[in-house]
Amino acid sequence: MNKPVDVLIIGAGASGAAVAWSLADTKMHILCLDQGGWMSQTEYPSTGRDWEARFYGDYSPSPNIRARPEDYPVNDDNSPIKVVNFNGVGGSTVMYTAHWPRLHPSDFRVKTLDGVADDWPIDYDTLAPFFAENDRIMGTSGLSGDPASPLTDPPMPPQPLGRSGAILGQAMNKLGWHWWPSDTTVATMDYEGRARCINLGHCTPACAQGAKASTDITYWPLALRAGVELRTHCRVREIVTNDEGMATGVIYYDKDGVEQFQAAEVVVIACNGIGTPRLLLNSASKHFPDGLANSSGLVGKNLMFHPYSQVYGFVEQPTDSNRAPPTCLWSKEFYDTDLSRGFVRGYGIQFGRGAGPVFEAVASEAKGILPWGADHHRVFRKLNGHRLGASAICEDLPEEHNRVTLDPVLKDSHGIPAPRIDYTISENSKKMMEHGIARAKEVLAAAGATDICVNSPILYGGWHLLGTARMGSDPKRSVVNEWGRSHDVKNLFIVDGSVFVTSGGVNPTSTIQAIALYVADQMKQRLANLFD
Amino acid sequence: MSVETNLTAAQRDDLRAVAAMIIPASTEYNVPGADDAVIQADMLATLGRDAPAVGAALDHLARLAGQPLASLDPARRDAVAKEFRASGGPAAATLVRVVLQCYYRDDRVLRSLGLELRPPFPKGYELEQGDWSLLDPVKARPSTLRRTS
Repeated sequence: MNKPVDVLIIGAGASGAAVAWSLADTKMHILCLDQGGWMSQTEYPSTGRDWEARFYGDYSPSPNIRARPEDYPVNDDNSPIKVVNFNGVGGSTVMYTAHWPRLHPSDFRVKTLDGVADDWPIDYDTLAPFFAENDRIMGTSGLSGDPASPLTDPPMPPQPLGRSGAILGQAMNKLGWHWWPSDTTVATMDYEGRARCINLGHCTPACAQGAKASTDITYWPLALRAGVELRTHCRVREIVTNDEGMATGVIYYDKDGVEQFQAAEVVVIACNGIGTPRLLLNSASKHFPDGLANSSGLVGKNLMFHPYSQVYGFVEQPTDSNRAPPTCLWSKEFYDTDLSRGFVRGYGIQFGRGAGPVFEAVASEAKGILPWGADHHRVFRKLNGHRLGASAICEDLPEEHNRVTLDPVLKDSHGIPAPRIDYTISENSKKMMEHGIARAKEVLAAAGATDICVNSPILYGGWHLLGTARMGSDPKRSVVNEWGRSHDVKNLFIVDGSVFVTSGGVNPTSTIQAIALYVADQMKQRLANLFD
Repeated sequence: MSVETNLTAAQRDDLRAVAAMIIPASTEYNVPGADDAVIQADMLATLGRDAPAVGAALDHLARLAGQPLASLDPARRDAVAKEFRASGGPAAATLVRVVLQCYYRDDRVLRSLGLELRPPFPKGYELEQGDWSLLDPVKARPSTLRRTS
């Protein structure tokens, strides 16, 4: 029999870790359950000669390909964009590019400004102190003063421009575009026990140096030291409720596969925009026949991915290739609505430095620009180490038909129904993507690149899992209120990307964590009447 | 790494033959082909989770060729290879990727490319600062952050 806890957090990733750390100062008994375990930096791909090959196997970003015991399958057959994530302590912060933009103030006001989707019930200024706190703990690097982005104050200097950044910067100056060195969570100097980046280059599938911030090495050590309990290899099957409609705890499978019940006064879900609706739908009961917290019918709906249009080419001079973090620069030149472009809202562009030899060979052969036969060697030497890339990260507007449901057949290793994704790219997004492709080709042409290739959308590009338990003040049009509490279950909170109302046109992790810290702060301020 | 593989002798022969078609040896660049014995051994030893797809690809290749790939005349072999890549789907792509990922980690090949024979960690790489004055025109721009009211 597990001892009841005050707060039970499900998921030890970006948002779960932030909430755990923030709530720790209440001295409540806080327990976090995660279906994965602690990662070991000595086992990360960049420690071995097969570092690139593992990206196609046990360190694939796709849970369906990776298929570690900690992963659950996702039926994304009916989606042109496949779900990618990572399951373990740190969640998808273990496996991400560390690109660290924030949503813009205007992203919280899209209905007011552009007449589409909905405004958020909170604004940028509400989150501003939590963005700053999060940047301090995650440890960001960057250059303050970007004229096209919210003001940030990274505690570490930006990554070097490098060869690739300089070539791209020159190209954008020719075009008169905005560009700026990306804020990232890559430590450019020793920081709070983390060693500085030494340019392993293979950042996305986990950083062996520990220079890239993931919550297993940032928030979790602090939270554990403050008394939070983290129980690993525990997969939650469902949230249990009582006749009063309150959550009483969860049923989970422990590391030995034994079913357990864990009682809790408060339950916080931090399972991302796919895992959270999956859990809520799997928690259907007599009192909640359509799934927990789903009186609005919106649990699982309004899934937003950020369709990516990637364009890349090859320049004569050598680029940084795999010898630096992949993130480099961003441009906000096309971020805001300009209806003359034929679509509403906009996109950010993130620029890549290059690729390693195996990735280059595999990608270029698949595109048909690297031939079989005698000419292979000459062409490979022209391509390898000469790549530059630009990706338009397009704002995906919420549409209810883009959704997460439970697959009627597919189950995980514990027999829990797996999520099914039904998703189409909207006409607005398609126009945005075409615009992004054309602009990316312009900048690559200005850089002198040839052999231009396009991936649109990036097939395995469903990194950003947003909108499936949206935030709002109207219980009929939202799943949680403006401070993250379920409208239906008053001791149930959601803190991950599923609460996003709209997606913006930037990577969301910084904003996800700021929201998690904000919700935790709201909980702390309301402890005396949290369930009123 | 397991040295076990379920590939038959005929499949191994075809794998070697198709690998040589993808990347033949080159005296100009002083590199072996992907049919080199060491590289082939690496493929077989590290097939792992790719083994079913590679096996399926080789079955497809065998159906197209109708006989050992190496025994076809060059024109027919090229035609079969083109058809294999065009119609082989994800399995063929996996086979090609296995060939490429083992080839481009071979010491002789990396040396020919001027790359160091080591993983990225722990030594890492140097990244030059680049010319930060390039950012001056952008710094001079007025704020374009959209107002919310």
